[in-house]
Amino acid sequence: MEYSPKVMDHFSNPRNLGSIKNSDGVGEVGNAKCGDIMKIYLKVEDNRIADVKFQTFGCGAAIASSSMATELIKGKTLEEAWKLSNKAVTEALDGLPPIKMHCSMLAEEAIHEAINDYLRRKGLEPWTEDE
Amino acid sequence: MTVNDRAIYMDNSATTPLRKEVVEEMLPFMTGNFGNPSSIYEIGKISKHSIDEARRKVAYALGAEENEIYFTSGGTESDNWAIKGIAFANRNKGKHIITSSIEHHAVLHTCAWLEGQGFEVTYLPVDKYGMVSPEEVRKAIRDDTILISIMLANNEIGTIQPVEEIGKIAKENRIYFHTDAVQAIGHVPIDVKKMNIDLLSLSGHKFEGPKGCGALYVRKGVKIEPLLHGGAQEGRRRAGTENVPGIVGLGKAIELATAEIGELNRTLLELRERLIKGLLRIPKTHLNGHPKQRLANNVNITLEYIEGESLLLLLNAKGIFASTGSACNSTSLEPSHVLTACGVPHEIIHGSLRLSLGRMNSEKDVDRVLEVVPEIVQKLRNMSPLTPEEYRTT
Repeated sequence: MEYSPKVMDHFSNPRNLGSIKNSDGVGEVGNAKCGDIMKIYLKVEDNRIADVKFQTFGCGAAIASSSMATELIKGKTLEEAWKLSNKAVTEALDGLPPIKMHCSMLAEEAIHEAINDYLRRKGLEPWTEDE
Repeated sequence: MTVNDRAIYMDNSATTPLRKEVVEEMLPFMTGNFGNPSSIYEIGKISKHSIDEARRKVAYALGAEENEIYFTSGGTESDNWAIKGIAFANRNKGKHIITSSIEHHAVLHTCAWLEGQGFEVTYLPVDKYGMVSPEEVRKAIRDDTILISIMLANNEIGTIQPVEEIGKIAKENRIYFHTDAVQAIGHVPIDVKKMNIDLLSLSGHKFEGPKGCGALYVRKGVKIEPLLHGGAQEGRRRAGTENVPGIVGLGKAIELATAEIGELNRTLLELRERLIKGLLRIPKTHLNGHPKQRLANNVNITLEYIEGESLLLLLNAKGIFASTGSACNSTSLEPSHVLTACGVPHEIIHGSLRLSLGRMNSEKDVDRVLEVVPEIVQKLRNMSPLTPEEYRTT
C-alpha cells in the first residue's frame, strides 16, 4: 500500500482533530465491522462553517481523508460544503490507492450527515444527495 | 529502505533475512557452479551432488528418508501439490477432504478450488485459542475421506496444533495426513514418523533461507499425482530445472535452524513473554491465540477502539515493522479469517497487531516496542470516535 506524501502528512498530523462540545451538527458514518467510522462536528455561524472537528476510527486513508475534508470545508457556506465531492478530497490528497477510494466517500457522507443534522435541529428540511 | 541498526524488524512470520552462512553456501551456485543438475559434465554433477546433500539435510531435519523430500518453489506450491496431488490420485477412493478454518490461504483456496472440481471439503472450526480438536477430526471422517490437512502452527496467532494426535487418528482410519509446517520449522521439533505425517510442506524463507524455494515431504508409498509435468527432475514427480542456489540455501538454513532449535526457542520465549506481559498492560488489550501452545516467536494482540493499518503506519514511522489482521491492510478488504474463526468480534477484529520475533531481536528491541506501542495506541485512541472518555488523554 503506497500512500502519497500528502496522505502521510494528513495522517501523521491530522488537522481539526477532536470534537466540539456545543456543536450545531454532528454526522457519523461507517461502522466498526468494516473498520471505518468517521464522525464530523460542525459549528455553524451565519450559514458558514465557523469550526469543524473530526474523530476517525480507521486506516491511514480514512484519517487523512477526514483531515483533508475538514480543511476544505472550514469557513465555507453550507451549500459549498455540501458540494465537496470525494473526488475533490482525493485530488487534494494527491490521490488514494484504488482500494481506499471508499475512505474519501466516507468523508463526503459524514459532511452531508452533519449538515443535515444541523438543518434538522433548525427545523429545516434535510437536503438530498442530488441537491 | 533497509532494516538498519535503529529499525526493529518484528515480522519474522512474514519472512526472515538470510543468514550469512546460508548466503555463503549459495553464492558459488550463482556464478562458477551454475551447471544444470541434469547435465553429465563436471559442473552439472557438482550441482546434482549439492542438491542431494541439501535433500539429506532436509530429510534429517524431519526424521524422513532422502527419497521422500521433493524441492518446490515454496510453501504455496507444496500445499497445492499435496492437496491437489492426493485428491486427483485418490479420487477413485473418495472425494472428501478434512481441513480447518484457520489454514493458510494456500490450503483454503486450494480446497475451495477442489470443491469446484467435485470434491467435498469439511472446514473444522477451532476454539477461541485457534486450536483444532482431534475429536472433531475423528467425527468429521467419512467413508470417502481421502485426506486430512491440518497445519502444524498457525501463521497469525502461533497456535500449535495437536498434530501427533491427529496423525494417529488419520493412520487408524487409513487416511492421508498432510500438515503445513511452514511456520513451524526451526521452532517446533518435527519427526514425521512419530507424528504419523504423510505429507509436510515447508518454505525456506521462513527460517532464514532463501525465498522461492520450499519442499514437500511425501512419505514413501503415498499415492500422489504431480502438480507440474515436464522433465524427469525430482524423481519424475516435480518437473523443472532445480533452483540450485535456493535448494542449497534451504538445506543449509534448515540444518542451522533445527540444530539451534532449543537454544533459539529459550531466548525467543523469554522475549515473547516479556512482550506479551508488557502489551497486556495497555487497557482493553487481548491476547489472540493460545497462551502456552504457541510458537515461541509469536505475539498477537487485539487493541480495542483502533484500526491496525494506522497502527502499522505509525509504528513504521518509528522504525518498527510489524503486521495486522485488519481488513484495511489487505487487498481483499476482508479481516483475518483466523481471528474470525477464533470468534474475535467483528467490532474489534481490525485492531489486531502481530509481532513475530526472530534471531535478530533483543531485549532492547522488546523494551523499545513496549515504549512505543502504548504511545501510538493512545494517539489513535484519542482520534477514534469509539474510545470511551476514560481511555482518552485529550
